[in-house]
Amino acid sequence: MMPTQIFRSDLGNLEKICHFVTIYAKEAGLNERQVYAVQLAVDEAATNIIEHGYRCSGHGDVQITCEPEADGLRVILHDHAPPFDPDEIPEPVTDVPLEDLKPRGLGIFLMRKMMDEVTYEFDAEEGNTLTLVKRK
Amino acid sequence: MDILHTEHKRCTVIKTNGRIDGSNAPDLGKSLKEIMEKGVYNIVFDMTDVNFMASAGWWVLIDTQKNCKPRGEVVLACVDKSIQDSLNLVGMGSYFKIFPDLITAVGSF
Repeated sequence: MMPTQIFRSDLGNLEKICHFVTIYAKEAGLNERQVYAVQLAVDEAATNIIEHGYRCSGHGDVQITCEPEADGLRVILHDHAPPFDPDEIPEPVTDVPLEDLKPRGLGIFLMRKMMDEVTYEFDAEEGNTLTLVKRK
Repeated sequence: MDILHTEHKRCTVIKTNGRIDGSNAPDLGKSLKEIMEKGVYNIVFDMTDVNFMASAGWWVLIDTQKNCKPRGEVVLACVDKSIQDSLNLVGMGSYFKIFPDLITAVGSF
């Protein structure tokens, strides 16, 4: 059985979420840099679910499953917040003067840049499923 | 989140430790705003003991940088390699001067 843990949708749980995925990132044999990539990507994904999905209500759940694989780690985040497809968020424009820099989409962009695979699925009954894969 | 302020002749150094994420980035923002309200716009963020920085933290620093310039600026000192890599990866490293040690960062003002 894959290690799964359920966290309340509270930003105060981000550190616990990070601790949980770190255990399995290390167990999967990822190096220090790859472990940080997983920590950051999962943190950004969970923050989005809690802030934008559940609107920081604290009444939702984020279920996280870690699947160590032969060539890396697969992390699956599951929630029942309204649909949130990261593909719909445009990449932030970062080659502009400081005053024109807009605070939107950086978390999603970081998540994509840090991971080898990011896939999103929505099912009316099952909710949102976001799968992140980091290879060695 | 503990945030220490040290006032120098030409700048203020702020220092915190551990993680900066969506749960505590607003505290950092509040602290930086208080410094700017005192008329201090030359700020060194000593990141020696910061081991994780999510985008929420970067936006606090970007926002502070926007408020400080052109009167002054925020510079970073002792940034963890992984944190710096993530910043560069999304093309935001160019918005900050990054110094390898605190003395050079303070001396840059």
